[in-house]
Amino acid sequence: MYILKRFLIMFLTIWVIASLTFVIMKFIPGDPFASDSKRLTEEVLENQRAKYHLDEPIPVQYVMYMKDLITLDLGTSIQSNTRSVNSIIKQGAPVSAVLGLQALVVALIFGLFIGIIAALYHNQFLDYASMMLAIIGISIPSFILAPFLIKFLAVDTGILPVASWGTWKHTILPTIALAASPLAVIARFMRSSMLEVLNQDYIVTADSKGISRASLVIKHGIRNAILPVVSFVGPLLASLIAGTFVIEEIFAIPGIGRYYVDSIFNRDYPVIMGTTIFFSAILVVTLFLVDISYRLIDPRIKVNSKEE
Amino acid sequence: MHLLEVKNLAINFKTYGGEVKAVRDVSFHVDEGEVVAIVGESGSGKSVTAQSIMGLVPRPPGIIKGGSIIFKEQELLHMTRKEMRKIKGSKISMVFQDPMTSLNPTMRIGKQIEENLFSHKKMSKKQVKKKAIELLRQVDIPNPESRYEQYPHQFSGGMRQRAMIAIALACEPDLLIADEPTTALDVTIQAQVLELMRELQKETNTSIILITHDLGVVAEMAQSVAVMYGGMLVEKGTVNDIFHHSAHPYTRGLLKSIPNVESTEKKKLVPIKGSPPDLFSPPKGCPFAPRCKYAMDVCIDHMPPEFEIGNNHTARCWLNHTHAPGIDEFESRSEPL
Repeated sequence: MYILKRFLIMFLTIWVIASLTFVIMKFIPGDPFASDSKRLTEEVLENQRAKYHLDEPIPVQYVMYMKDLITLDLGTSIQSNTRSVNSIIKQGAPVSAVLGLQALVVALIFGLFIGIIAALYHNQFLDYASMMLAIIGISIPSFILAPFLIKFLAVDTGILPVASWGTWKHTILPTIALAASPLAVIARFMRSSMLEVLNQDYIVTADSKGISRASLVIKHGIRNAILPVVSFVGPLLASLIAGTFVIEEIFAIPGIGRYYVDSIFNRDYPVIMGTTIFFSAILVVTLFLVDISYRLIDPRIKVNSKEE
Repeated sequence: MHLLEVKNLAINFKTYGGEVKAVRDVSFHVDEGEVVAIVGESGSGKSVTAQSIMGLVPRPPGIIKGGSIIFKEQELLHMTRKEMRKIKGSKISMVFQDPMTSLNPTMRIGKQIEENLFSHKKMSKKQVKKKAIELLRQVDIPNPESRYEQYPHQFSGGMRQRAMIAIALACEPDLLIADEPTTALDVTIQAQVLELMRELQKETNTSIILITHDLGVVAEMAQSVAVMYGGMLVEKGTVNDIFHHSAHPYTRGLLKSIPNVESTEKKKLVPIKGSPPDLFSPPKGCPFAPRCKYAMDVCIDHMPPEFEIGNNHTARCWLNHTHAPGIDEFESRSEPL
């Protein structure tokens, strides 16, 4: 019952986002052929507009778009003329998703580890050192870090390929560049959450049972401390696997990231709509997964309120 | 040989404002099967004393300044963490003050009891589960089989404290430290939990250190009482000694400040005026002297030693010196000096 309700809400959310995007998009001055207007005659432009139904009143366009959307047809890119938006997503999304997932795994493993270590060695050298690193990670943007990585690990030493996509080796540098800042944020989150948990009474209770330090930290500490991190990971996951403009541009990765930005500059309406809906769908699904995982981690949160 | 002997224990806490002398020169002992109550107001050092026995004083900021804690002829203060782990939970265990926060919210009650057994007893999973359910039944939790699977938030406050007691008693410890076990509970539940503890104590003959500021609880449960004030043990003796033949003005003040339901005459409660000493720089003399009606010159400048009043009854008060007039004589005068 709860799951069904959630699904309905998810579709509703995507519909609202799609509608809002549609309206805002139409408000932006200019149209897909604005840059061609000097080269082409007024007649040709009219024909082009008619081809993409841009001459129809906006409400009509909206209804037409929604009809296609229900059949999961996102239309054809105006810029590339022949490619359907579906095929753009089908081609780019897996690449972006692989990169994003790798970055998330790296960020989670190292972020959690560093955060936990920092908390366990609170106010000692390891704590200060890891928080220094975290601050650096947060303050250096990925487009600065990426060229540095390329210079030292690819150009100077030649250990890794400079850019482009292909083998697993190609994914290492962009993964590091993409993971650095979320890693730092997760580390700081985990540290403060862990410190709070370690000060709880139940940790003293657990300690008084004479259990090993490892199970004290893992079973009583981490399990309780990880909840705030999980809520942060949901949106992070969405933004990582849906592709990123900057990193994909720098490393010449054929992901979906650049379409978010390019489509807006070109007023490529179907691509704007397609990428936005794609992103919001991923976001809504990951948030749903986060809600489910809350329940698995914290028994006090119930997925179904009637369950007892 | 005593089961537990605490000698001249001193514990400080490092803070930004300086070192707090939380426990100063505390000595007492617990015999097998004995219930010893430690009473005193908040900040008198009773909880820290108890925690130090379990090695639970956080270090830093805590510093053990000196003294010794001997349990079954072993010095606890010199033990490594690993050695201490073998004793914690199995030979000595603890029941904490607030059952609402003392249980792990994301772990099933059964598992929290079993943890204790797993780390100290060589038992199979099946045996451990059976024992955990048996323990829940022992502490009067109804439907222990289904309660075993539940989480703390599905338990009421009183039931949680029962579960805490089940955890503490899992490995049949020789010594149970109960740090204000009923303070956070409703009065009716308090009575039930106390009754349970008393029954279990009789059954298992476990020694108990009961920390409380409720003198009613002391009278019901304990055989001996230690009264703490300003980080020091000011008086100790049997329940009878403390309640009826107290030789320390602070103890007498405490007794006078509790209402007596049975008395028919209208009497005002007598508060102890003033506030407890600043433990950053405790007074050179008796810590109670500034609030004491009977304070003499010697009290301000010189720390009173532990005067032997009777068998196992001592009091840190100059009034018990052979040259002093004695507390009873003071009290019989209508006006303080």
